[in-house]
Amino acid sequence: MGEVSRRSVVAGAAGIAALPLARARAQGQSTIKIGVLGDQSGTYRDLGGPGSVVCVKQAIEEFGAQGFAVEVLDADHQNKPDVAVTIARQWFDRDGVDMITDGTTSSVALALNQLVKEKNKVMLNSGAATSDLTGAQCTANTIHWTYDTWMLAHSTGAAMVRAGGDSWFFITADYAFGHALERDTSEFVKQAGGRVLGQVRTPFPGTTDFSSFLLQAQSSRAKVIGLANAGADTTNCIKQAAEFGLTRRGVKLAGLLVFITDVHALGLQTAQGLVLTETFYWDLNDRTRAFTSRVRSKMPNQSPPSMVQAGVYSATLHYLKAVKEMGAAAAKASGAEAVARMKAMPTDDDAFGPGSIRADGRCLHPAYLFEVKAPNESRGAYDYYKLLQTTPADEAFRPMNQGGCPLVRS
Amino acid sequence: MDEIFGIPAPLLFGQLLLGLINGAFYAMLSLGLAVIFGLLNIINFTHGAQFMMGAFVAWMLLAWAGVGYWGALILAPLIVGATGVVIERLMISRLYKLDHLYGLLLTFGIGLIVEGVFRNYFGSSGLPYRIPDALQGAWDLGFMFLPIYRGWVVVFSLVICLATWLVIEKTRLGAYLRAATENAPLVQAFGVNVPRMITLTYGAGVALAALAGVLAAPIYSVNPQMGTNLIIIVFAVVVIGGMGSILGSVLTGFGLGVVEGMTKVFWPEASSTVIFVIMAIVLLTRPAGLFGRA
Repeated sequence: MGEVSRRSVVAGAAGIAALPLARARAQGQSTIKIGVLGDQSGTYRDLGGPGSVVCVKQAIEEFGAQGFAVEVLDADHQNKPDVAVTIARQWFDRDGVDMITDGTTSSVALALNQLVKEKNKVMLNSGAATSDLTGAQCTANTIHWTYDTWMLAHSTGAAMVRAGGDSWFFITADYAFGHALERDTSEFVKQAGGRVLGQVRTPFPGTTDFSSFLLQAQSSRAKVIGLANAGADTTNCIKQAAEFGLTRRGVKLAGLLVFITDVHALGLQTAQGLVLTETFYWDLNDRTRAFTSRVRSKMPNQSPPSMVQAGVYSATLHYLKAVKEMGAAAAKASGAEAVARMKAMPTDDDAFGPGSIRADGRCLHPAYLFEVKAPNESRGAYDYYKLLQTTPADEAFRPMNQGGCPLVRS
Repeated sequence: MDEIFGIPAPLLFGQLLLGLINGAFYAMLSLGLAVIFGLLNIINFTHGAQFMMGAFVAWMLLAWAGVGYWGALILAPLIVGATGVVIERLMISRLYKLDHLYGLLLTFGIGLIVEGVFRNYFGSSGLPYRIPDALQGAWDLGFMFLPIYRGWVVVFSLVICLATWLVIEKTRLGAYLRAATENAPLVQAFGVNVPRMITLTYGAGVALAALAGVLAAPIYSVNPQMGTNLIIIVFAVVVIGGMGSILGSVLTGFGLGVVEGMTKVFWPEASSTVIFVIMAIVLLTRPAGLFGRA
């Protein structure tokens, strides 16, 4: 017994001594490792999930061989922060992953955010919504791509108030994302002179029947019901609101976070007329159509990419450009420096066009307000949106001095 | 306006009714589980997946074969029930001599596989399914606006629950079933083909789950996870009602639907937990369940 343990101690010591050597060798090979950590099996699978992995690989393929190898790992975080952190820890400590992307679900993103900072790696988050990622919780290692709760509230919320919806009731998913979306939207409603009459917090996940909450919303006599939720929660709400005749009697639904996958799930018959905000739509312009045609045949079910998946593509491409400029070894050595380099370079790709990244880690894109087409206006599957309004990139996101990001103050 | 506990009375009545409607789904699903457990002694963890299959088969019938809601109401339970028969013959029947736990693990595994296969082919965000034209619209009850379809769900599931109960308690076939539960070798000695009866019972339990799935398709999002969300609650319902008790599971299903509905008004955040709190209390005070035999 004593002999064995002494021997293992010696072996362990030898192992520790060999560690720097192993790391040096890994740097010599200059392999950049990207981990795609998303929801592969739950309600958010279609908007990120396997499609995000496809988009990361697409970015790598288009970037081509530039003197360093790139490897992709992927895993399912099941929308659970503890699972996500365990996987990420393993990726960083054992597999030498340098950058994590996708990161759908706000609670997961906030948990990863701390770990990524502690390990000095990189997180390019495209899937999470909470604006806290570039607000109070911002770090020098995280960039938030694609969208956030402030941008959604600003675009969809303000448009609804302008159209006369001045009293609101919220149906809010009871976790970090729902709370942030409700908070950000309430502020716009109040600023525009509207009132918030109440809110109800629904358990997530596990709620399928929302009729009870819709009835509470209706009895508040609010003109607008704000849906501060996502995925199946949102589609169930919209479906059941139509069933209970809410929309027919003049109540407006504000789908604060609606993805193209949700519209597809609802069908145009139910979804028509819905107003929503996205930063990417496959049929927006020639560049988005070109990107979609390159990637679509590889996507699960040949669907066009969602804005989250497009964001993962865009973020990966920009990261690889930064790695090339600073050298793979330097990028592996410090996540914060890789992020700093990314912020210093303008972004440009087919999915989002030219853009930039702010000091607080917010990637800036224009926000598009869409209306869902009626069935007779649509030319076929996924021809779903009419563009109502474009908010330019510099106005679409929360001004940096209002976010409370410690990086900006210091 | 009249108020009860600070909530306007009309709102409260509306919530009671909605609770009953959700209870109808719990009752139908727990009924199938109770039938299967009563006769096969198998805790059928595939039930949620079979509920989901019912909804998907309804969608497939419409999208691929042009068969509408009414046809699906008959065909989907038959098709899904037939898959149940195959599963019972090929796999579950090999486990009757072993501990309950093996049946539980097997059905749990089958459920995961079925869900994974559907997710792979149809994605996770769901498919559209419309309310049939004959059941469109709503009744104005004064205190609330009741969609005709929801009224239909309650009435239809009550009829199904009652019919199942009658078959098991009042018919000769039901008597055979109950006798086989007590002493299978003896019933077989009287010339009843017990293995075939067990297979068909499993198929019938599965068909009940699929029927609930067809009923759910127009009002809930039709996606591969739809059964998982519901089935955990349904298991709690079965445990509270008493494993294997038909009447118990039906009454508890409706009752707990109402309790959950009320919680959604007074403490919405707890609405997904309240049933499990009740389950814990019942298990502590009456371990066999409210209607179970100790």
